[in-house]
Amino acid sequence: MIKRNNKSKENNPFYDPTLKSRHRSSKRFKKFTLTSLIFSIAFLVFFLYDIISKGTPAFEQAYVSVPVTYNEKTIKNTRKAIDRKYLRVVSRAWLREIPRQVKEDPSLMGKTVNKWALADDQVDQYLKGHYYKLKRKDRALIDDMKAHGAVELKFNTIFFTNGDSKIPEFAGLNSAIIGSIFTLIITMLFAFPIGVMTAIYLEEFADDNKFTQTIEVNINNLAAIPSILFGLLGLAIFINLFGLPRSSPLVGGLTLALMTLPIIIVSSRAALRAVPDSIRQAGYGLGLTKIEVTRDHVLPLAFPGILTGSIIGLAQAMGETAPLIIIGMIAFIPDAPSTVTQAATVMPAQLFTWAGMPERMYIEKTAAGIMVLLTVLISLNALAIYLRKKFEVKW
Amino acid sequence: MSNKNSIKIDVNELNLWYGEHHALHNITVPLYENKITALIGPSGCGKSTFLRCLNRMNDLISSVKIDGSVVIDKKNIYDKDVDEVSVRKRVGMVFQQPNPFPKSIYDNVSYAPLKHGQVKKGKDCNELVERSLVDAGLWDEVKDKLNEPGTSLSGGQQQRLCIARTIAVKPEIILMDEPTSALDPISTEKIEALMLELKKKYSIITVTHNMQQAARVADYTAFFHLGKLIEYDETEVIFVNPSNKKTEDYITGRFG
Repeated sequence: MIKRNNKSKENNPFYDPTLKSRHRSSKRFKKFTLTSLIFSIAFLVFFLYDIISKGTPAFEQAYVSVPVTYNEKTIKNTRKAIDRKYLRVVSRAWLREIPRQVKEDPSLMGKTVNKWALADDQVDQYLKGHYYKLKRKDRALIDDMKAHGAVELKFNTIFFTNGDSKIPEFAGLNSAIIGSIFTLIITMLFAFPIGVMTAIYLEEFADDNKFTQTIEVNINNLAAIPSILFGLLGLAIFINLFGLPRSSPLVGGLTLALMTLPIIIVSSRAALRAVPDSIRQAGYGLGLTKIEVTRDHVLPLAFPGILTGSIIGLAQAMGETAPLIIIGMIAFIPDAPSTVTQAATVMPAQLFTWAGMPERMYIEKTAAGIMVLLTVLISLNALAIYLRKKFEVKW
Repeated sequence: MSNKNSIKIDVNELNLWYGEHHALHNITVPLYENKITALIGPSGCGKSTFLRCLNRMNDLISSVKIDGSVVIDKKNIYDKDVDEVSVRKRVGMVFQQPNPFPKSIYDNVSYAPLKHGQVKKGKDCNELVERSLVDAGLWDEVKDKLNEPGTSLSGGQQQRLCIARTIAVKPEIILMDEPTSALDPISTEKIEALMLELKKKYSIITVTHNMQQAARVADYTAFFHLGKLIEYDETEVIFVNPSNKKTEDYITGRFG
């Protein structure tokens, strides 16, 4: 940068006495804007650091190696399968699984085998150095087992394969992920075709009159309505009026479709409007009909924009919780749904539930869940950018 | 005016309104077969609007109201039983900005004939594409890259591609709306040569802002001013011996 020197007025025909203070206020303005940028970056970094530092431990889970006895008696009363001193360090949920283990491998019957058993949440928290509630006796036992290599932190597959559970170490995101997928499939199945078709009608067919202007204003307003109102609408229409099953991905998907529709319509219209009119003129000038011009020449050009808008709408629907709480998708769902009419929950609703649990372990599960959700959302947005770049026609 | 030419388009008492605005006043003009007719006049005089009346492109604007008749082959194209889409098939149009479809050069030319059922995919279609591109004087430049996008060509080539696309549907009349105003002089020269070649087969109506162009290529010239047809005659007469003072003022560059 060239150094300014406005001090001397001698031999300087460009001297302007007002410039000094004007440049100074310009610099001050730059500082303000830069400070705001730094602030927002700092918030983002803090948020990411907090989530990642809280969430990463949840991807590991403590296991303890204990001798397990399999026989008629222990299958009936699984608490007898392990030595009494281990009862507090092994997960209750794992003990309940013992009959299933025998079913899967009948040769276990009548034997006593050393098994890597899922550890209790307090043991897990103790090993990770978090707040824990363990009696001194149990703590000594764990320390002793650790010295013998009988305690290990392993990759937490349960987090991805299990549904929700009231036993923290046994709770996973699986049913919420499946629920989210079902819900979003329903959302896209309804919102995408209806939204794109509406946009095509408004942009390519409708005249610009009072009626279409009213519709346009209302669609733009709908995109900004608090999402919980869509939940109430979904409750009133889909559950109360149509009698569709409560808490189901079908109702959730339809409700989110209502919410996503305006976003898809607005972005599709913008994409269609960006197609140069000369393309349409060229088509009509050749004696082509409306559908030939729209489908074969206008839509391919608008497609990247429509796709981007839809994926962003999808990402927004994915992170939505409020309307789904209203229609009951906040239920306790231990098993993943297999159809869209069964009760289900979605990822953000699952996180909401966990965040309200008293056990400490749910804190890290919540943070880990946020990490999974963020990863999916960022991937969706990256996909949107990739598709836009790929299908973009050079103009 | 000589009478040995046969009339291709007979425009009678044509009036056009954009909403309340009366844009064309009582235009009556015979346009001749296998001739180039140039429409000249200052900006906003209605010459492009008039051109678009000839293939009913103005129907796309909902506020437009048209009154009068445009008779092609003894049939008024504004009759109720005439489909404007079939009018546009027989009256092709080339625009000011080259506007190839965002498709390959081949598809640009073959799309409309395939849709109109004039050819089937395969040998016939390939022949039609080649013939149209040859007629548009573009074949030698693009024969090796028919699958490349039409938009990859230069501006002048794109305009000739648009002409090839137009003649591929075998129209009888070609309307050109300032076809060279977005092009450089060399491309302009090529398009003008092409127009002179094309008039052997087609009747051409062109709008131009370039007086020299009208003088160079047009057989007939119509001068429009403020939505009215001021003078229409053989080009030579208009440029050498105009009968109206306004025409004279305009072509000598005193306004416009």
